[in-house]
Amino acid sequence: MILSTNFLKSYLDLKDIDFDDEANIIKLADQMTLLGNEYDSAGKLINATNLVIGEVKECEMHPDSDHLHVCKVNIGDGKIEQIVCGAPNVRKGLKVIVALPGAKLPEIEIKKSVIRGVESNGMLCSLLELGIDKKFLSPKDYEGIHELDEAAVPGEDPIKYMKLDDGVIDFDLTANRGDLLSVLGMAYEVGALLNKKVKPIDLKHKESNVDFSKNFKVKVDTENCKIYLAKRVDNVVIKESPQEIKEKLIACGIRPINNVVDISNYVMMETGQPLHFFDADKLNGTILVRMAKENEKLTTLDSNERVLSEEDIVITDGKKPIALAGVMGGLDTEITEETKSVVIESAIFDNVHIRKTSNKILRSEASNRFEKGIDPNRTYMAIERACKLLEEYAEGSVEKGMCCFDNADKDDKKIDITVANICNILGIVIPEKEIINVFKRLGFEAEVSGKDKKGDINNFFNKSLQLTDGENCKKYEKEQDDILTVTVPSRRIDISIKEDLIEEVGRIYGVDKIKGRVIELPIKRGHFDQTSREIRNKMIDLGLDETLTYSLMNPEETKRFTLYDERESIGVLSPITEERSFLRQTLVSSLYKTYEYNKARQNKDISIFELAKSFYKVDENYFEENKLAGLMTGRYFTGLNEVKVDFYVIKGVVEEILEFLGYANRYSFITDKKLPKDMHPGKTALISVNNETVGFIGEVIPTLSNDEVLVFEINLDKLLAKQVGKMKYKEISKFPTVEKDIALLVDKEVLAGDIQKTIKSSGGKLLLSSRVFDLYDGKGIAEGKKSIAFRLTLGSDKETLTDEQINEEISKIVTSLEKKFNCELRG
Amino acid sequence: MEEKIKKIKSQIAEQLKSIKDKNSLEDVRIKFLGKKGEVTELLKEFKDLPKEEKPKFGKALNELKNEIENSIKERETKLKAEEISKKLEEEKIDVTLPSKKIIRGSKHPLTRVIEEIEDLFVSMGYDVCSGPELETDEFCFERLNLPKGHPARDMQDTFYITTEYLLRTQTSAVQAHTMMDNKEKGPIREIVPGKTYRREDDATHSHQFNQVEGLVVDKDISFADLKGTLEIFMKHMLGPNTELRFRPSYFPFTEPSYEVDVSCFKCGGKGCNLCKHTGWIELLGAGIVHPNVLRMNGYDPDVYSGFAFGTGLDRLAMFKYEITDIRLLYSNDVRFLEQFDRKDI
Repeated sequence: MILSTNFLKSYLDLKDIDFDDEANIIKLADQMTLLGNEYDSAGKLINATNLVIGEVKECEMHPDSDHLHVCKVNIGDGKIEQIVCGAPNVRKGLKVIVALPGAKLPEIEIKKSVIRGVESNGMLCSLLELGIDKKFLSPKDYEGIHELDEAAVPGEDPIKYMKLDDGVIDFDLTANRGDLLSVLGMAYEVGALLNKKVKPIDLKHKESNVDFSKNFKVKVDTENCKIYLAKRVDNVVIKESPQEIKEKLIACGIRPINNVVDISNYVMMETGQPLHFFDADKLNGTILVRMAKENEKLTTLDSNERVLSEEDIVITDGKKPIALAGVMGGLDTEITEETKSVVIESAIFDNVHIRKTSNKILRSEASNRFEKGIDPNRTYMAIERACKLLEEYAEGSVEKGMCCFDNADKDDKKIDITVANICNILGIVIPEKEIINVFKRLGFEAEVSGKDKKGDINNFFNKSLQLTDGENCKKYEKEQDDILTVTVPSRRIDISIKEDLIEEVGRIYGVDKIKGRVIELPIKRGHFDQTSREIRNKMIDLGLDETLTYSLMNPEETKRFTLYDERESIGVLSPITEERSFLRQTLVSSLYKTYEYNKARQNKDISIFELAKSFYKVDENYFEENKLAGLMTGRYFTGLNEVKVDFYVIKGVVEEILEFLGYANRYSFITDKKLPKDMHPGKTALISVNNETVGFIGEVIPTLSNDEVLVFEINLDKLLAKQVGKMKYKEISKFPTVEKDIALLVDKEVLAGDIQKTIKSSGGKLLLSSRVFDLYDGKGIAEGKKSIAFRLTLGSDKETLTDEQINEEISKIVTSLEKKFNCELRG
Repeated sequence: MEEKIKKIKSQIAEQLKSIKDKNSLEDVRIKFLGKKGEVTELLKEFKDLPKEEKPKFGKALNELKNEIENSIKERETKLKAEEISKKLEEEKIDVTLPSKKIIRGSKHPLTRVIEEIEDLFVSMGYDVCSGPELETDEFCFERLNLPKGHPARDMQDTFYITTEYLLRTQTSAVQAHTMMDNKEKGPIREIVPGKTYRREDDATHSHQFNQVEGLVVDKDISFADLKGTLEIFMKHMLGPNTELRFRPSYFPFTEPSYEVDVSCFKCGGKGCNLCKHTGWIELLGAGIVHPNVLRMNGYDPDVYSGFAFGTGLDRLAMFKYEITDIRLLYSNDVRFLEQFDRKDI
């Protein structure tokens, strides 16, 4: 909403503020900001200095040019300046806008100069050069210099003469303050700020003897129109609007068209009520408001044929649509140069429907106001105001009577509130007198209507009273608080409950007067998810960088590295781009993208991880999962003896995390089940904990990447659901342990893990641990075989083992191994 | 005999001096103390000495034997020491060669800010809560006093999945969950850091970003409590001289509602590019929980009141680490990430 200070002055006495000084415009805007009304920009409508009205006394062709003229211009006080001008319409006798040397225009600064050998002491200006947007100007306004009328007096200020000496504040209003989308609403707000009364709006007009309500019918056939008023004005003369109307519209960002169309916009700006004018002679005596039929058609005044749906509200002549309610008029009934009589529509349409329709067709000043809500009393005010202005500026004759459908609640609201209510929520004691004064400034009525029967003034209020001395507060030292009945005018559609009034008091009283205090609540330590943080720290300790990637990806990417066929990626209904249209199913797909991004930037050592969510659906059920994923490629150890990442490095990282979380001896890496997509089939495994798959690990399939890229992903929801025992001390054996090595010759395909499982299961209590310490399939080993050596640690916490005990244990294990793997003991 | 003893004494001193290694030392030992060594021979001779001469040479011979043994031992110790120092000398390495170093991990700047905020609020008794990112319209909007068709829904362009499901536009969605899940309907003190999504993407907006939400519900909670809490929060994050400015605003889930500006920490309020020469930076939204929100989620607004606040974490991280472009936070260029590889000061 752009507010013009000139427009505001029509409704508020602001003589004491000099808006010619831009600082005062900005000051008002800043004050409004602290009331909750932010602005984007504030300043003068015309940002140009050193301008005077001039009269072209002489106008000769430039001796050295085919289009320049050398003019002698009277700039007042008997001074004549020579100015070279290139405009086609410059001529002797013309009254013009002169920018004198030193003038600052939005685009240029004017200096004395010599143009093709002729001295020029200034510039004759067009309105475009003064900074008025082209869309507000007719071609004659910007193709040549601006022509002032005869009455202009040389030497005077042309901006004031054209009534363009205006200030503009472009407010960025909150969604609830529909009432501020009008100059009147702004006047009440600024009035509350500066403690000034709003001037009444002039609605007086004559009426002819023709009774419109007898000759015309208005019918409303939908819930979505609460009020519909229509009046007729005859014998209008279509012409250009007077300058003061045009100027105010331009200041508000609306293009002037002709007096009649301008009046509908002008009244909307004043009252906030959008109006629509029909050419009365093109109507057939009836207006029926109803919901559109599916596929019904209407050609709107921008000449587009619109196909309507049952969601659109339409104005019809009883048969066919003639306007799209609240959004755009129809071409057939629009105001033209030939229009003689006008039917004015002033109505309120349902905000949700207007929003839907305007989103499809056009978001306009009008649709915006319907969406934010309108006071039905303004509906009446606006139609009378339009009649008055059509009489005044278009020589119209207003017919008596009004066609009226009215189902709207127009009453002022009454809200009961106590002083304690206000003080308890704001956390400050404000005297009753002051509160009543705030309501008065806002134009609300507030009167004491009784005592708060509950008699329990809430804590804060009571406590504060005990703490505060001073007269103001003493008078509240009573058991019962006054109930104030506040009458809120219907224009404040945003106010309906006590809390709304509390905000108003805070706003006008001044939020900065309320001191912050340290909250008094029982002391406790808050709870937070330490596990995620510890996992994160562990990953960082292991040398991985934490990333922050996007959940939304392109649909193909979301399917990468997935394991479950029945799961589908979830798409958003209206994505910004294809690249951000579906939710990832795995974090690895995001990390892989991050790897590609880094690779393209010559970053070769990449070890990254992320703790985040991934998403999927099965049928129409939606799921999200918390996951930990990692990706590693390039070097892990740097230095002279650098170590590159391979499967066993990332496996170490995964084991480290699992054991850190307490799952030692409970996990395994499984290869005999279905593996995720896009992974190297020979270098990938599922991570299983307690025999349930919680994730996967492995190398990205080489067809996707030339590098050795290792990844893993763990579903933390699944993993952390598996309980872990308490960490507690276990007695350390006093007796020595013994290490025994066994080397086996087995088939190449036999998995070390399987051998180890057998060692574990066949070993008795004395076998404490076993590990692979050598693997060999070189010279001396038969084709298809490998030698794998285990180091077994044996011991007991009761005694020192004898050779006999040791040998018995080892031979038990070896026998099992030979049976199971058909292997041969070496050495 | 006396002669011989003297001779051996001088011989041994001489020979020990020239010895360079363990083996030749052993040779010397054998030469004098071995089975056929010179001292051993002398001892044999001693047996044959007449009785009266024995006392005279017995003591001298014993002394000689001890002396030789000691000298050899002494020499041996010295040799050993020389040998070790020679070996150590040979083992000398170039300590300036690069270390064998495990790559260093780094913590994302956004996480750092989240953890800092979590730690502060946990110390003040707030629980850190979380909720789904794939949210329902009911929890993201309706239970926060934003019925379908509400004009304020314009403020947030939403990624809808279906008419019912959406990607949450605000962490406030968790407010309703916490209130609904709190079976006793007792006091609440929580913060909710987390990812949020909106249908916008440009130099200053990322379609995915992070917020932290704060909610306190208890008896006698007022705006003054909110103000005091945010003062602690912002002074902690931005420095003790930070000032706050509350501007009335509008959010459907709070009434009264405020936008909160902080004094510009770059220029101290004098005006600079960062604060667009206003001296203030808009950083938080806050307010007193709307009675409808309390009621809708099972709390009696006549008994309880509360405040809520929210702020963008991305901007806080950018301010803290002087990151100039929000997209860097999501670029994951390791040259960016690895700048955050040490402890914060």
